[in-house]
Amino acid sequence: MGAIRRFIFRRRGGDRWHWTDVVAWTWLILGLVLMLGPAIWLTLSSFKTRSALNEFPPTLLPLTTETRAVEGFDEPLELYRVTLEDGEERVLAQVRRVGIVAQMVDPDDPGERIEVPIADRVPVRTTELATENFTEPLERFAFLTFFYNSVFVTVMATVITLIVNSMAAFALSKYQFRGRGTVLIFILATLMVPLPVILVPIYVVINYLNLFDSLWGVILPTVATPTGVFLLRQYMLTIPDELIEAARMDKASEWKIYWRIILPLTAPALAVLAIFSVMWRWNDFLWPLVVLSQRELYTLQVGLNAFAGELNVQWHYVLAMTVLTMLPVVVIFVFLQRFITSGVATTGMK
Amino acid sequence: MSDLALASVVKRFGDVAVLHGIDLEVRDGEMVVFVGPSGCGKSTLLRIIAGLEKATEGDILLDGRRVNDISAADRGLAMVFQSYALYPHMSVRQNLAFGLENSRMPRREVRQQIEEVARLLRIEPLLDRKPRQLSGGQRQRVAIGRAIVRRPGIFLLDEPLSNLDAELRVVMRSELAALHKRLQATMVYVTHDQVEAMTLADRIVVLKDGRIEQVGSPLELYNNPANAFVAGFIGSPRMNFLEGRVAGVGGASVAVALGPGDTTRLDIPIEGDDHGVRPDDKVSIGIRPHEIVLTDHEGFPVNAEQVEQLGNETIVHTKAEDGSALLICLDGQHPIGEGDRLGLDLAHASLHLFDPQGRRLGGQVKVGRSVRPATEATS
Repeated sequence: MGAIRRFIFRRRGGDRWHWTDVVAWTWLILGLVLMLGPAIWLTLSSFKTRSALNEFPPTLLPLTTETRAVEGFDEPLELYRVTLEDGEERVLAQVRRVGIVAQMVDPDDPGERIEVPIADRVPVRTTELATENFTEPLERFAFLTFFYNSVFVTVMATVITLIVNSMAAFALSKYQFRGRGTVLIFILATLMVPLPVILVPIYVVINYLNLFDSLWGVILPTVATPTGVFLLRQYMLTIPDELIEAARMDKASEWKIYWRIILPLTAPALAVLAIFSVMWRWNDFLWPLVVLSQRELYTLQVGLNAFAGELNVQWHYVLAMTVLTMLPVVVIFVFLQRFITSGVATTGMK
Repeated sequence: MSDLALASVVKRFGDVAVLHGIDLEVRDGEMVVFVGPSGCGKSTLLRIIAGLEKATEGDILLDGRRVNDISAADRGLAMVFQSYALYPHMSVRQNLAFGLENSRMPRREVRQQIEEVARLLRIEPLLDRKPRQLSGGQRQRVAIGRAIVRRPGIFLLDEPLSNLDAELRVVMRSELAALHKRLQATMVYVTHDQVEAMTLADRIVVLKDGRIEQVGSPLELYNNPANAFVAGFIGSPRMNFLEGRVAGVGGASVAVALGPGDTTRLDIPIEGDDHGVRPDDKVSIGIRPHEIVLTDHEGFPVNAEQVEQLGNETIVHTKAEDGSALLICLDGQHPIGEGDRLGLDLAHASLHLFDPQGRRLGGQVKVGRSVRPATEATS
């Protein structure tokens, strides 16, 4: 613990602050706020009630005004701390508000109405988690169906991506053939073509293949990623050719070399690509929106869109479901990120 | 066990030819060592035999069968790589088993084979370790084990000892020799180290610039090098070369004059009549450092420039009057100081005569013969 403390608070200037310390700390804190801020804001806001979300100025924590059932009123009334004209401070329940004047009653003695200027009252706030943001849509919104669709698309697309891309990368890194450079350049060139440009052609192809309005129609066009091929190829170039030759001398077929030698040694790069692929496929919105029209086939991202009506966006549900949608990616990243740093390819060699 | 034959094998990478027509036979059970300076094509030749490279022209015959178009996997050979090329993600046991599994050997038999080889190479306690947990020598053993376990027709070894430190190299060298004797296997071994070649080989193949310079047993190459390159490459320390001029051609010998003003004359026996040596031809004479002895005054004059006292022998770097360097290895300890003027008796050494292109002149050298000092013969 002490070592960690020393490491984190170590300064270049020793006991004093060197200017680089100031810059480093400022920069890192700014980065932390920029990156973590939105995620924290989202998570905290997802627990706010609908009215708390619409409040201005917004609060950081999910606060609600405390309410209390008062005799003679059907609905529970909101409680306020009121400063009366004689300077006395009391907790009163608000019956209604007319312009800048609020009509209030004492919750213990509901007979008497007291009129209070709204400037003189402060709501009694407590921290309360609006868990109904999560529970209600889970009942009404077909979250589990969407979740299943998203998982299916993500898992299948990632598995196929890893296999297809690693095979392409293997060929492009370890075989000498005429036109190898050209093929690589073509693959890299497609990196520069954004999805909206090829959206229509892909749509036509998918439609022609009868994959329209099916999850495979979402999966298949995305599996061959130039980024993945390039990433894996660069990594495979570092695997010594002698390993492959040794395997050839060991009577291994080319498929076996790929499956037993190349793939295990590319594991760190595959983990990186898997993380990317999961994030891409999980967060995909535009392409599933184009391909899928049946509600039962919606992925989470498309499903979330359903909360945004033409006139009215149900922010409390959108936020809560966004948090749920975000969780799997975060979990996967936490588990896979340690693979990124470890390289095993060269350890058996001199 | 197998034999191997190469028939005018040519290898070109694009326009660059690295092997120009190699003819060679490797007999069953023989250890043949390819030796040569780096870039001479010895590794390429080994890879062509292995099937990892294709020969541009020529034939490779295994047991009399042409195998040019048979893939490396199906030739039934095993190779030990310079970097060992152990599969880093597999344990030693899996490394050894990989080749056997690929040839669909039953699991029990695989186990048996691995244990046998592990015992032979004393790597039994290491079987469950990963390659990165092994020392250099242990990795080397595993790499050899991976080759042995397959019971190949021919073992191909590509500089297998060059990644080891000097001490371990000597140990592994003798282990390899013992292994070869024990397995009675055909082995083709590539090295740039002529000491390895001399100690291990039944026959040495000296390569230079993609051509075979000479093939023969270690002592044949040492005693009767075909040309100046082989003479210089085989033997340590290197053979000395002195420039001279043919002073006279006799019936069975050539007189060569050395040094400024032809002060020293050496008689070198030659065989046959068509040796092509004419008077006044420029020639060079090869003399091994160990065969030179000191004499008093009449000998070949040199200046000692640097003296290395090793205890059991004394190595003297000298310079002749015409500026050519001459290395001398003397048995025992000699009180020679730097700058001393020495007289050398060259006439009692085995002398090798080469023409300016490096070709050897005048047939076989008779080892251990004695030659009268040239000065007496011509006076």
